[in-house]
Amino acid sequence: MATRGFNVRKQTGFTAIAVLCFAMLYLPIILLVAYSFNAGESIAVWEGFSWRWYVSAWQNETVQDATIRSVIIATCASLIATSAAVLAALATTRVKPWRGQTVAFALINQPLMVPEIVTAVALLIFFAMIKVWTGYTGLWYLIIAHSAFCIPFAYMPIRARLQGMDLSLEQAGADLYGTPFKVFRHITLPQLFPGILAGAMLAFVISLDDVVITEFVKSAGQDTLPTYMLGQLRRVITPEINAISTALLAVSVLMVTAFFFLNRTRK
Amino acid sequence: MSDAALHRARAERRTRRLLLAPSMLILIFAASGPLLIVLIYSFLTPGAYGGVEWEFSAQAWFNVVAERDFFTEELTFADAHLSVFWRSFKLSLITCILCLIVGFPTAYFIATRPAGKRDMWMLLIMIPFWTNLLIRTFAIMELIRNEGTVNTILIGLGIIDEPIQLLFTEFAILVGMTYVYLPLMILPIYASMERLDFNLVEAGYDLYATRLQVLRKVIFPLVKPGVVAGSILVFVPCLGAYVTPRVLGGGTQLMLGNLIELQFGQLRNWPLGAALSLTLLVVVMVALIFYVRAVGKEETGHGH
Repeated sequence: MATRGFNVRKQTGFTAIAVLCFAMLYLPIILLVAYSFNAGESIAVWEGFSWRWYVSAWQNETVQDATIRSVIIATCASLIATSAAVLAALATTRVKPWRGQTVAFALINQPLMVPEIVTAVALLIFFAMIKVWTGYTGLWYLIIAHSAFCIPFAYMPIRARLQGMDLSLEQAGADLYGTPFKVFRHITLPQLFPGILAGAMLAFVISLDDVVITEFVKSAGQDTLPTYMLGQLRRVITPEINAISTALLAVSVLMVTAFFFLNRTRK
Repeated sequence: MSDAALHRARAERRTRRLLLAPSMLILIFAASGPLLIVLIYSFLTPGAYGGVEWEFSAQAWFNVVAERDFFTEELTFADAHLSVFWRSFKLSLITCILCLIVGFPTAYFIATRPAGKRDMWMLLIMIPFWTNLLIRTFAIMELIRNEGTVNTILIGLGIIDEPIQLLFTEFAILVGMTYVYLPLMILPIYASMERLDFNLVEAGYDLYATRLQVLRKVIFPLVKPGVVAGSILVFVPCLGAYVTPRVLGGGTQLMLGNLIELQFGQLRNWPLGAALSLTLLVVVMVALIFYVRAVGKEETGHGH
């Protein structure tokens, strides 16, 4: 009922601001991607299309090392975080409320509440102690640290999916003398799978993108792609960084889009 | 309780513990435990080359707000720290307001699209949100540097003759943080707005309320939980921001995160760094408690 001849769903100027907002969100990223294809040295003057910066990034050994390290850490961390999150989600959805549940929730959500820089210096101090005691300076510090802050991101979609699941199938399975493990393996797990995949992908992207915690925890010579890029910012910037950014961006966009559609099929 | 029931309860408890063990162990080892060590470190004496001497001292906490002159023993406020605190607070608050000014209409715009199209618009908000923070900050840097796009265009148009120094200013940090944290404002406001009953808006107009009145007295109160949530979600990471002020502030416009890093890095005063970290943590926790209170009340009030 448009009493005075206008649409109640329209507010003067709101659409203009929204359009501006979307332009603002994408313009810087689009420019960044565009200049990764620049033939010249500059990141402001366009000199024609070229793949040269992708080639140069591809052949840069430091970048190769950092990429391999990033992928190893993100793969291990997302596998560990997702496994732990599946178990934790089962323990917090299929049971009656219990004492200590709030503590478990607080622990799981802690990485989201505590500022990243605080976690980073805490890990710096703690791991520095362990490094002195044990002499071990390998990648596992980074993998464990990444696993910890990935847990809440893996946990959220898995828990949401568990809560949205129809319990009658599981009950039927149990009634037919399925052991809890068999019920989980044959009934819960297949239904939960999209949630697990979504959680794992979020964890992977989160780990791949982390700068602050990696910067503080890493030992000498353990740069990941983001910490390598942060280090490069102090030097002369070439479109090579744009090329690396674009590649990393493509991975994130793919993952997030897939996550989005996986999460939507639930409805 | 019968024996069988008791037995079942015990078995359930054992399963639960087993299921929770891996995540809890990882989190205690790499999240909560280290925080306790920070607390201990904040009460120790700084070592000569970083690290600490294991000797109790409350000096670090004292130094967060005050300093004693080395020669005259005179007490003064730690101006350097206080100005960083002030900058962090000020920039976080302005960022929050800017995000609200842009985010509220955008969330409204998405919520008023046809149901089938809303998901696509939300995906467009989520893609930048999940894009590496460093890459987004870097994109802003290229835009506003002296040889960057903004200055090139302004010079090209003849509006200015020489590039304006935008990078390495508070303005740069402000633009960067608004850009980076904007989706965090839009997501919760949209979640509230999606549930908004537009019949109420229509009723408002039918009762001869002006647009502004409807906005203020009908729409805003109903989506307030989303606005509060968005503001906290933007404010909290801004307070602890490290990457954005480091890249766009260029080491001169420090925020709390950078001050903490400085104590652990160049200045080698780990106890002071620990005390500053915990100060930041306390401020964030206070903000979160405020948020839980505010949203809790609103939600019961409107029966969501």
